[in-house]
Parts: sequence; C-alpha cells; structure tokens
Amino acid sequence: MIQNILHRHRQGPGDLWVQCARCHELIYRKEFEDNYKTCPKCSHHARITASERIEMLADPGSWVEEDAGMRPADPLQFESLGKAYPDKVAEEQAKTGMDEAILTGCARIEDHLTRLAVCDFGFLGASMGSVVGERVTRAAERSAAESTPLVLVACSGGARMHEGIYSLMQMAKTSAALAQLGRARVPCFSVLTDPTTGGVTASFASLGDVILAEPGALVGFAGPRVIEQTTRQKLPPDAQSPEKLLQHGMIDAVVHRRELRATLGKLLRLYTIAPAKGKTRRNGRERTANARAARSTMPS
Amino acid sequence: MTEHATAEPWRIVQIARDPKRPFALDYIAMVFSEFFELHGDHQYADDPAIVGGIASLDGRTVMVVGHQKGRTTNERLHRRFGMARPEGYRKALRLMRQAAKFGYPIITFIDTSGADPSLEAENRGQAWAISENLAEMVELPVPTVAIVIGEGGSGGALAIGVADRLLMLENATYSVVSPEGCASILWNDSALAPQAAAAMKLTAPDLLAAGVADAIVPEPEGGAHEDYAQAGAALRAALLGMLAELDERFGQGVALDVPALLADRLAKYRRIGVVQEAQPQ
Repeated sequence: MIQNILHRHRQGPGDLWVQCARCHELIYRKEFEDNYKTCPKCSHHARITASERIEMLADPGSWVEEDAGMRPADPLQFESLGKAYPDKVAEEQAKTGMDEAILTGCARIEDHLTRLAVCDFGFLGASMGSVVGERVTRAAERSAAESTPLVLVACSGGARMHEGIYSLMQMAKTSAALAQLGRARVPCFSVLTDPTTGGVTASFASLGDVILAEPGALVGFAGPRVIEQTTRQKLPPDAQSPEKLLQHGMIDAVVHRRELRATLGKLLRLYTIAPAKGKTRRNGRERTANARAARSTMPS
Repeated sequence: MTEHATAEPWRIVQIARDPKRPFALDYIAMVFSEFFELHGDHQYADDPAIVGGIASLDGRTVMVVGHQKGRTTNERLHRRFGMARPEGYRKALRLMRQAAKFGYPIITFIDTSGADPSLEAENRGQAWAISENLAEMVELPVPTVAIVIGEGGSGGALAIGVADRLLMLENATYSVVSPEGCASILWNDSALAPQAAAAMKLTAPDLLAAGVADAIVPEPEGGAHEDYAQAGAALRAALLGMLAELDERFGQGVALDVPALLADRLAKYRRIGVVQEAQPQ
C-alpha cells in the first residue's frame, strides 16, 4: 500500500484558502473547487472522494447506487496491532461515511446511460477485498446483461491484507467478469487516478477498452517504495506517471479532471452508436427496461 | 495467538522457500517423459524467471509453464529469484494460446514470491501483462491445472495460476503478498513476518479450507527436498488424477465440452469471496 501524504491538499490559513500540496500556492477555495479540486497554477490533482467524483461525472440526479449495504466479512479472523478487522472496518466506515472502498451504480454521463464503479482512497487506501471485488464483478455482470457501458474510476493502494487469499482471488474474479463483459461486446472505460497500484492495476483497472489517467497520478504495479527498496535504485519523480505510461504505450490518454466528463461523454457516444440511424434512442429505452427487469430479479 | 500457532506456518514458509527444494524444471524432468523448452515472448525478450514448453504426460501432449528459481548465486540472479517480468508473463500467455489452438491441456507450476518489482518491469507494463493473463486464462478452451510447488506470492503467482484445478504441495504456501510484505505494510516491520504468515492463513490446508485449492499433494517426510523421486512421483500421480477427473467430467480431445468446462471455471472464481449483505435485494 502507498503512503503518500504529499498528495493531499492541506488546509490553508482560514477556510477561504487552500494550499496546493505540490506548488504550495495559496488558492482561493472557491476557485479550487470550481476547478474540480485541481490547482489552477500547477494543475496538481487533489485526491477526491467517490461521492465527489460521481457528482463531477454524473448528470444531476441520475445516480442510483447499487449493492448498497454490502459489507466485508472477516473470513480469516484477522487481527492487526490488537485490533480485529471488523473493528478496523467500523473505524473506516465512521471516518468516511462509506460502507466500503468502492461505490457502484447507474448514472447518466452527458445523457448516456452508464454503469459507474468508483474507488475511494479514503477507505483503507481503496484496498481490494471481497466487497470491492464483488461490487466490480456485479457491475460488470449487470452491464453485460443490460448492454450498459461500464466506467471504472480506479485508485488503490493494493490488496486488502486482512482478507488474505480472498483478496488475491478478487483479481481473478474481476478480470473474469470484464472478460465476460468483452464477450458481450459492451465497452468498458477505465480511469486511473492517484494512486492506482497493486492488484487493482493488475486486474480490472488495466482491462478497460480505453484507459485514461489523470495528470500526475501514481500508477503502477509495485509502489515506488517497494521498487526502491528491492532494486536500491532511486526513481525519477515522474517514473510511474501517466505521462510516462502514455509514452510506454500503456494508456490511451492523459485527461485533466476538468475534461473528464466531456471525454467520457464523447467515448460513450462513439462506442455506443447503433448501426442503423435512429436506433440509439430505442435501444436506450430497451436498456432501461432491461435494467429494471434485471434489478428486480437479482439474486440475493 | 499461541506460540505454536505462529511457529508452524512460519516453519512451512521456510520449507516452501528452501533452495534445496525441487524447482519447476526438476519436476518437469521427473513428471514428463519428454520436454522441449520454448523460449521468449516473441515480442521483446526471454524471461529466465518463467520457463515453459511442450511436453508429454503419459503419452499425451501437454503445455507446461512455470516460475523458475535458481540454486547457485549466479543462477538465482539469472532467474531473478523466480520473479517474472512482463515478457515472462507474455511468454506464458503465448504458450497457453498455442495450447488452446492445438487443444493441449495446460499445466502450470507456481513458485514465486511475487512479480519483479523493478522500474524496467513497470515500464513494460507489469500490471497490464498480469491482468491480460488473468482475463485470458479464464477463457482458455482446454483443461488447465495449476500446482503451487513452493511459494505462491501475490499477483505474480496468480498470473499463471487461474485454472480449472489448483493443487498445492503439502509444504507450499499461497498468499496475497509475502509475509514480509504484509508485516511491512501493516506493521511497518518486516521482522514480524512470522506473525503475518500465521495471520494470512497461507498453508495448503488453509487454502483447501478456503475453497481455493482443490487437493494437497503429499510430500516426503521432512519436505520435497528430502526425496526428489518420491516428490516427483506423488506430483505426477496427483496431476494424472486431476486430468482424469477433468476428462471424466468434460470429455477429452474432440469430445471436450468446452462451454461446460468454461462455465465451471468461471463459476469457481465467481464464488470466491466472503461478504455480508444487509438484506437480500
């Protein structure tokens, strides 16, 4: 897991101002927020919560959460520093107001019906345990059944240690689900945000048909600390940046948060144009009907 | 946690890592009557941390892939301690695709502490190589059996481990991260690895109980390194048993029921995970 407090925006003097964690510029809070929590001076992208992300991407009022109320179990009876895993989970839930490290649901993005899965780094470093794996898998399955494109907004410090081998196997489960989604010819768009590492990068996050990343995000399999410790080499600061990933041919585009909604809207439009003219709208209605039918028959 | 409860998993971790233990190529020599090694991903490089090739098992052609560790210092460095790079996983995928094309069963030997954590591996898409293997292995239209022969560590192990059946040697381990890695992440102290080893439940019986492993292959008294021939014979027998069971259920050769095989494999991974749901939706 990654510990990198440098990427957090610190509170500046008073409520009106925030200080950029990278260029240390004092920014008027409203300007910072109007700019999607990115620095207007150096373009640094602050980490945001899953709810903030959904608010930025989804058409107003269109978000409908799915699989709410799914909570982690404690199959290993895992204890860390004298604290049982369920207590750690309760602590994270109280801190974040979320029940797990990912939100999944349906929304419209620029009027396109979409399924969204959004990770939240604030909850145990967005580590992937059974709930993250299960929610991503169900999202992919519903998208396949309803022909609704899937948008994954990923971030993660890696595996959920507390769930041991179950955590590892979520990589296989989510990858399998995305393979099935591909088989159903439903597009999947993946957005890599700061930081996306470990088992999440090495499973669903890198399996999108189109992979976008936010500027400055740390993206990789091994975190920089592990690489430096293992290889005893000092990494250049931009070593695992989206800009480098683009150069190495691993992602399709680096997209500023300000442009993300419009970019996804464009992709959704291009990838879901029906072959015959005038069919899109009817398909859209059918999809909604299918979606309703699928929801009402979901197994528990 | 009692002292014994911590000591026993850690003892098994030590056996699983014993450099005297048979490695993939040792088992390949003992289990198969013929073997021809295939090299390279045919795109960029040949990764010595992954070996593979075409082999004969009891008269049947199979494709074999495995992590390979080294025994001498030079060999260990050459094999990079069995930590594969993207070109290694892509070699594995090339061989598995070939097996799918010709209808050969696939047998993989897992023995790694994890994927290579280097900038070179990152730059060539380590995460991309792993996820591509995961997504493709679920859909390989041939019987697949994976065997953890030593250490099964993290996504680097799973990247050649998605299979119809998973066998674990008696003293093998399989975990989401190495005990040192877990201890370092959670407690900032890799010296607490023995405690992490116990907490992660990474032994063969643990994995069997979790429904991840399908069977345990017995090892000679003291571990596989005490008697190579006996360890090899036990593995061969277990492997033949698993393939026979898959043949029995799904047919063989032209009679293989591919949709049933794939549905069964998908269902196996689909159900792994434990969650609580407030109320049925």
